[in-house]
Amino acid sequence: MGAISEFSLLVQVFLKTYRWRRIDPIPWKPLLKPLAQCRLALVSSAGFVLPNQPPFDEAKRGGDPSFREIPSNVDVASLLDTHRSESFNHSGMAQDPNVAFPIDRVRELEMVGRIGRVNTRHLSFMGSITAPGRLMRETAPEAARLLVEDEVDVALLVPV
Amino acid sequence: MCNQTVGLVAAELERQRISTVAIQLLREVAEHVRPPRALFVPFRHGYPLDVPGNPKRQHTVLEAALRILEDSNLRPPVFVEFQPEPDTGGPTKTE
Repeated sequence: MGAISEFSLLVQVFLKTYRWRRIDPIPWKPLLKPLAQCRLALVSSAGFVLPNQPPFDEAKRGGDPSFREIPSNVDVASLLDTHRSESFNHSGMAQDPNVAFPIDRVRELEMVGRIGRVNTRHLSFMGSITAPGRLMRETAPEAARLLVEDEVDVALLVPV
Repeated sequence: MCNQTVGLVAAELERQRISTVAIQLLREVAEHVRPPRALFVPFRHGYPLDVPGNPKRQHTVLEAALRILEDSNLRPPVFVEFQPEPDTGGPTKTE
């Protein structure tokens, strides 16, 4: 398990005193059909962008709540890490972006029939958001609407 | 903060009728935030699927997440610890 002790003392104090948001009530969508018939999308908070997309705004107070659409046929080697946090080691993501955005892996799951389809687009957030009000009110609902339009059944979410 | 962010996005997806499972790196954060389905992994921050360049290991983590989605007996909040199984490393052809 990752541990708060991985972080600097300053970050540890912040995390210990931060007012974490609480999901209540917890929404729940049961899976009603086999995964082999489901369309899957990835949602990563690793701050990845395509070379032609603007980076996440690391200067934005409270964190940048926007997201980027990443196409399913992306070459993971082309993804750029624009996550602003210096509290974790970025070298694994640089070596293999699949470690935080496993698009090659889910394509393989589609090929063997473990899942039905990989969605045509996936979503990338930059997870260092200390003031998530706009995320909760605006960008997360907008992101969800896109995946509903795509008739996505299941989403796998990956933090860093 | 990433753990909270994906939890909040997962909740919105579920509200809009998409089933979710979220990898989580910090149990104490997940217990506060309560994403609908969480797989706790024992890896460092920056390495949610563990080993870069190791598809077999990455598939092991993904398979654990998919099994949470498939378990119809679970009720929210679902907190599952990743239990590595050495022989479940790659995707298997489904007939």
